[in-house]
Amino acid sequence: MKHTLSVLLQNKPGALSRVTGLFSGRGFNIESLCVAETLDPKISCLTLVTRGEEQIIEQITKQLHKLIDVIKVSDISEGEFVEREMVLIRVKAEAATRAEVLRIIDIFRGKVVDVSPSSYAVEITGPESKIMAVIDILRPIGIKEIIRTGTIAMARAPKK
Amino acid sequence: MTKMTGAQAIIKCLQEEGVSTIFGFPGGAVIDLYDELLDSDIKHVLVRHEQGAVHAADGWARATGEVGVALLTSGPGATNGVTAIATAYMDSIPIVVLTGQVPTALIGNDAFQEVDIVGITRPCTKHNYLVNDPKDLVPTLREAFYLASTGRPGPVLIDLPKDVVASMVNFNKKKKIKMQTYQPHYDPHPGQVEKACKAIMAAKRPVLYIGGGVILSNAHRELTELAQKLNVPVTMTLMGLGGFPGTDPLSLGMLGMHGSYASNMAVAKSDLLIAVGARFDDRVTGRLDAFAPHAKIIHIDIDPTSISKNVKVDIPIVADCRSALRGMNAWFDNCDTFDPTASKKKHAPWLNEVNEWQEKHPLAYRDNGDVIKPQYVVQMINELTGGDAIITTEVGQNQMWAAQFYKFNEPRHLLTSGGLGTMGYGLPAAIGAKMAFPDKTVIDIAGDGSIQMNIQELATARQWGAKVKVAILNNNYLGMVRQWQELFYNRRYSATPMEITPDFVELARAYGAVGLRARTKDEVVPVIREALETDNVVIMDFAIEREEGVFPMVPAGKATTEMLLV
Repeated sequence: MKHTLSVLLQNKPGALSRVTGLFSGRGFNIESLCVAETLDPKISCLTLVTRGEEQIIEQITKQLHKLIDVIKVSDISEGEFVEREMVLIRVKAEAATRAEVLRIIDIFRGKVVDVSPSSYAVEITGPESKIMAVIDILRPIGIKEIIRTGTIAMARAPKK
Repeated sequence: MTKMTGAQAIIKCLQEEGVSTIFGFPGGAVIDLYDELLDSDIKHVLVRHEQGAVHAADGWARATGEVGVALLTSGPGATNGVTAIATAYMDSIPIVVLTGQVPTALIGNDAFQEVDIVGITRPCTKHNYLVNDPKDLVPTLREAFYLASTGRPGPVLIDLPKDVVASMVNFNKKKKIKMQTYQPHYDPHPGQVEKACKAIMAAKRPVLYIGGGVILSNAHRELTELAQKLNVPVTMTLMGLGGFPGTDPLSLGMLGMHGSYASNMAVAKSDLLIAVGARFDDRVTGRLDAFAPHAKIIHIDIDPTSISKNVKVDIPIVADCRSALRGMNAWFDNCDTFDPTASKKKHAPWLNEVNEWQEKHPLAYRDNGDVIKPQYVVQMINELTGGDAIITTEVGQNQMWAAQFYKFNEPRHLLTSGGLGTMGYGLPAAIGAKMAFPDKTVIDIAGDGSIQMNIQELATARQWGAKVKVAILNNNYLGMVRQWQELFYNRRYSATPMEITPDFVELARAYGAVGLRARTKDEVVPVIREALETDNVVIMDFAIEREEGVFPMVPAGKATTEMLLV
């Protein structure tokens, strides 16, 4: 089962290494990891996607919480949440396919961010499923390079 | 607010924490601190290898319950301490390790004696720090002592660049430490306490399974009260020995791989396992699906990560063991429907069953004429010290025989590397304990293999008048591995015979200590007696039955009921 964890931690040297070291040392897996400062520059927010049985996820959450630099851990995939990932794809765009690439990018509400005679670099944002769909469609045309940010996620505000 | 050098501030912080003795080894990066030590009243015990310094600080901490302190230089000084830091981490021992570091301007430049010790020790410390800014020095030291000694205790390392120690810092008055990210939870949830007590009331075959947490939280009195009030048998992990009197009729001794027959049977047949400050280690549980298969499980532990890590728990109580046990004792005392006499009566058939197991297969060994049996040596040490000595051990057969045959009645009397299983722990730890309790008898029960891993500390013991006694159970083998090879590898003794072993009696003499040897059974008691009466460091060399094994034994991966017996 896939889980998306949101972790607030002290923005200190070595703090991220404590988190990643915990995963490698205990054999937990990290599918993606995204970190940046919050509004408070002393605190970073880390979004981590991992996979495991309930008991493993419980251990991961507890072990993260035990790290002295960690302020808060929430498994936001337990409730409603929004997740986004951004991808930059350099896709082959020669005379025959240029128009088709643009159409596809348009359908996915992507943007062309770099152009060359033989390729477009495009930017697409969305949940992981959308990113995967774009990749699947562009692959036959020829993907030259791909850079993904990994998932960031936020719990939805309560309805009432 | 007073201005002083970093070195002076560090010494002042140690004094503020009540530190009287530290263990260490100097070097270029910590020379300022050593200079300052000369003018302070803190006793610095110079060891012969940095691993010894950290083990000695650990031995001090286990024996006293206070935070032990070690001081090492940068680079190799720090890395030499790593095994001992990991030892303390696995057993949750409160120590603070101060390491020197190259000046901040040189960090990252592969400077002489530079190593990223904070990176190296990240997974084997409770927390660690590199002090980059002189203004962080004093707060970091205070926080380190606070972290080491509260919650689930553990080692904390502070890396001190030379220029930070030499710079001027402000020394403020100590305030109560409050950390946003660290708030250990001491008090049990009353609802969980009630659930646990009700489960105990309903149980027919309860067993208390206690670990090192009982000792770390000084909960032995509360534990003993609960066990006796309810008339429930108690089994202990290696780390839990002494948490309940080993000579009490309710004590079943140790459980697990080399546990007593009665302990392992009682857990296997129990309908309620009350785990207190224990962590369901693989050496305790054996094959997991066959561990306590009929039992509901109550688990008291201060560390939430210990709960439901290996074994699913029915009633978790996240709390300090002592507070939780107090809560449970109070619940029973205030409960109208609880009657101790009735409880005793109710558990009588269960205790009878347990006693039958004890009588059927007590801890035992076969005598062999004049040949010295290691178990006999431990029994005689127990008898001649009145069961009141502080015993340290190395790791291997010596450790298991000590755990099985010395009856620990008091906590903090067995100092042993349980989690990491560090050979070479016993001698330096004994020195640490002896420095803390100069009037106590402190004996390292050792093997001929493991004693050689830190034998250089004999010089430390001599220099500081730590008159420890070392009992070497000498079989000229790396005995525990040999035993596995005998049982599971067709007697192929690969690399376990110690073909060259020093003459330990002569070796003792070389260090200015006293060496005694026993070759036959009737020499054992006179040797121990003489060692105890000798006002010096003593090595006792017991030439034991070479291929003696530790039994009972649960082969790795088997259920704990599948014991090989004597």
